Amino acid sequence: MTESTYRIQGATGEWEVVIGLEVHAQVTSQAKLFSGAATAFGAEPNTQVSLVDAAMPGMLPVPNRECIRQAVRTGMAIDAQINKWSRFDRKNYFYADLPQGYQISQLYHPIVGEGQIEITLDEKNPDSSTKTIGIERIHVEQDAGKLMHDQHPTRSYVDLNRSGVALMEIVSKPDMRSPAEAGAYLSKLRTILRYVGSCDGNMDQGSMRADVNVSVRRPGEEFGTRTETKNVNSVRFVMAVVEHEASRQVDVLEAGGKVVQETRLYDPDRNETRSMRSKEDAHDYRYFPDPDLLPLELDDAFLEECRQSLPELPDAKRQRYEQALGLSAYNAATLTADADTARWFEALLAEGARIQKKSEGEVAKASANWLLSELYGALNRLGKSLEDSPVGPEEGAELLALVADGTISGTIAKQVFEIMLETGDRAPKIVEEKGLKQTSDTGAIEAAVAKVLADNGDKVEQYKAGKDALFGFFVGQTMKAMQGKANPQVVNELIKKALA
Amino acid sequence: MSNNLTDLTVAEIRDGFRGGDFSAREVAEAFNANVAGAKALNAFIVETPEKALEAADAADKAKAAGEALGALAGVPIGMKDLFCTEGVQTTAASHMLEGFTPTYESTVSGKLWAAGAGMLGKLNLDQFAMGSSNETSYYGNVISPWRRGGGDNAALAPGGSSGGSSSAIAARLCPAATGTDTGGSIRQPAAFTGISGIKPTYGRCSRWGIVAFASSLDQAGPMARTVRDNAILLETMSGFDPRDSTSLDLAVPQWEANLTSDLKGKKVGIPKEYRPDGLNAEIAALWDRGIEWLKDAGAEVVEVSLPHTKYALPTYYIIAPAEASSNLARYDGVRYGQRDLPDGAGLQDMYAATRALGFGPEVKRRIMIGTYVLSAGFYDAYYTQAQKVRALIARDFEQAFEKCDLLLTPTAPSASFALGEKQADPLAMYLNDVFTVPASLAGLPAMAVPGGLDSQGLPLGLQIIGKALDEQTVLNAGLAIEERAGFNARPDKWW
Repeated sequence: MTESTYRIQGATGEWEVVIGLEVHAQVTSQAKLFSGAATAFGAEPNTQVSLVDAAMPGMLPVPNRECIRQAVRTGMAIDAQINKWSRFDRKNYFYADLPQGYQISQLYHPIVGEGQIEITLDEKNPDSSTKTIGIERIHVEQDAGKLMHDQHPTRSYVDLNRSGVALMEIVSKPDMRSPAEAGAYLSKLRTILRYVGSCDGNMDQGSMRADVNVSVRRPGEEFGTRTETKNVNSVRFVMAVVEHEASRQVDVLEAGGKVVQETRLYDPDRNETRSMRSKEDAHDYRYFPDPDLLPLELDDAFLEECRQSLPELPDAKRQRYEQALGLSAYNAATLTADADTARWFEALLAEGARIQKKSEGEVAKASANWLLSELYGALNRLGKSLEDSPVGPEEGAELLALVADGTISGTIAKQVFEIMLETGDRAPKIVEEKGLKQTSDTGAIEAAVAKVLADNGDKVEQYKAGKDALFGFFVGQTMKAMQGKANPQVVNELIKKALA
Repeated sequence: MSNNLTDLTVAEIRDGFRGGDFSAREVAEAFNANVAGAKALNAFIVETPEKALEAADAADKAKAAGEALGALAGVPIGMKDLFCTEGVQTTAASHMLEGFTPTYESTVSGKLWAAGAGMLGKLNLDQFAMGSSNETSYYGNVISPWRRGGGDNAALAPGGSSGGSSSAIAARLCPAATGTDTGGSIRQPAAFTGISGIKPTYGRCSRWGIVAFASSLDQAGPMARTVRDNAILLETMSGFDPRDSTSLDLAVPQWEANLTSDLKGKKVGIPKEYRPDGLNAEIAALWDRGIEWLKDAGAEVVEVSLPHTKYALPTYYIIAPAEASSNLARYDGVRYGQRDLPDGAGLQDMYAATRALGFGPEVKRRIMIGTYVLSAGFYDAYYTQAQKVRALIARDFEQAFEKCDLLLTPTAPSASFALGEKQADPLAMYLNDVFTVPASLAGLPAMAVPGGLDSQGLPLGLQIIGKALDEQTVLNAGLAIEERAGFNARPDKWW
């Protein structure tokens, strides 16, 4: 753990920024937290609304076990205390998107207590400094509906599809000290949620959004007054909010003013935050235990099932990639930064090991290199993601196996891969049909070598005079003459022999 | 057996219909006629004679076809207008929900219809079940069929909040009805009108589809003229409902089959705190008679103490309004019910106008009390404290039940009073609940049974409180009193 050296240089000296995040993550579940209604994103307005979600008279909430389970699994993934006894509270306020007139949440007794997340400032650079960010709590609560102001000139419409959807509110401690740390924390949290499968992490669809608490202080002094910027929906925006809000607060303080404790909104178009409401007009939410619900009591069997169902988590996976698979720290970090990438890589690995009858460790390096350079390069070019990659792990493994057993060279493999992307054909078929098998026929190679050496008598002289680097030139020319299909090892040997 | 079908009990109707003494349609028509002829009582908000006939015809048809008959086949009943009924206006006696027609059926009413019961109509009540005299109904107060003797024709309160139910049963407009009880809303009106009613253990009856007043206290229960009828209805109304998290996942006992008035081996506790100085002498005398009746039935009588009884009423009037203030937040004019949108009004204005229009004074009073006790700075002093006292009150009962099997107390501190008499003083009105509220706070089964008439000729009731889940002992003691009290007084028809 290292101390952040991020400072804001004010007119009167240095300031330190203190950041805490409250992240709302939509729980991945077929049904809402307290009703049987569906939760699909983008459905027609008011088509995913049960009588409970619309708060019809006499309707009662019943907790959805799957949502509870996902919150517990998330807590376990951040090494947090799981509270076997928790309770739901009502947060009372009036708004048109809140049919009950209260949100069911957990103020007094959250389901998950203190935990922690280790962040690496540059996730792809394992040598960058790491830091542990404390988690205060995770609680589950209902989402509200949505108001639509653009449907009618004088009226607002209400869409209750989101009303009652389960959210986890993941509250960090005020442990972050720079925009980079805040960004790294949110990325890492998203990675963990996606690994666990408790939230899809789609920030652009609102599945994950952060309330950013920012204050500034002179290094080492007491915490300053904080502001809370609501509903920030990307890692980049979170970093921008911290940066903007911290310097705004420094300006206020240095001008002799006071930071007002308030809720603010971020405007990404103008990259600024502005005041939404101050503490004075904060609601009195009149929290009290929801009398429609019994306390939530979790038994050991349930907790054990949650624990057993957890996948290998990113930190553990990265270590394993480095230590058991022998991957570079960079490759291990890159491959584990996202659950989907790791899943794809492991499928590639398993298939490669199977085809080549080798251990996963033996095929790991080549697989990682191909995925991160060749495949990622191609996907970038095509504007596609791993999910919709035209070449799957199985096809990739076939291609790599052809290189590994010497059927084709690495150079030819690149050509074959291009054809795979274009035609959708599989590597063995392409190599067969196009006659791309690499040759080890010494006669043909010897003839090519002889011709190359004969055509470049001057260079042969120079080589013999000690210009060793020209060896590569002869290899290149020979390969070119052989249209890339010569086995490079054989070519090397024969040139050496001919020049000896 | 009386020749008049509307004088029959639920058990008599059930058995007579099955035995072929009369058709279900004859029964329904007889009660429909009584309902139609009793507008002066204002017991119903909506009358549904066609529903009663429909169920009766179905019962007659099933019987003719030799099909299996539901437990309540051929029995028409009244439905308190706090239960959501599919396709039939449900108002909770409020202006707020005037014209609201649910697309769904409450669990309890659904069970009753499934058992073959037919609906005579939706019964009037105190608005959102808040009141003890029925005077808070937006649709005008129900009037008790009872009158004081000696030519005093003052209109009397049928009790509340289930006053439509109590009045209708006492006046033979229906043989039985549903009630709900939050702090005494079944028991006090039953006592005022000379009928029986039981609030079962909290969680026996599903709350799903019942317009909520105070969730941790609300319980549905039956009201009828006999203990047996209550047992019959309660068996149908009870049962686990996965749609209500507080519903008890327990099998429903066969209360009717196990009814007995033999109380040998049972100990009856008499809580001394229920006999305050100044207790109405006639009520004290009835209580003493009740003790003798239970002794006569074989029970042993012991004195017990419930030391926190005096805190029950204030505790109740913190917890119930607190929950109500939140439960009633959904009536905001956005999705259903009344909406008052003054010209140029914004959202907040609409809330204020709608709620000012839709709620009556007593409902507003309780919302304000509830909002106050939950607000920042007062929460611990009121709500948290009240929850602690509630736990102490429950513990009082637990300790008392180490020494006895049931408790006998008066149901209400007085007989029915004249409408308007206590309206100006909410506190005097709240005192009506003083004997009923403790069992509600503890979630215990409690029943009111009529014991006799006072010197003015008005009914007085006794209350039996049982251990959690021990409705059987409560019903049995009720039966023992019923047999010995021989209460057969009925109001003279004046309406």
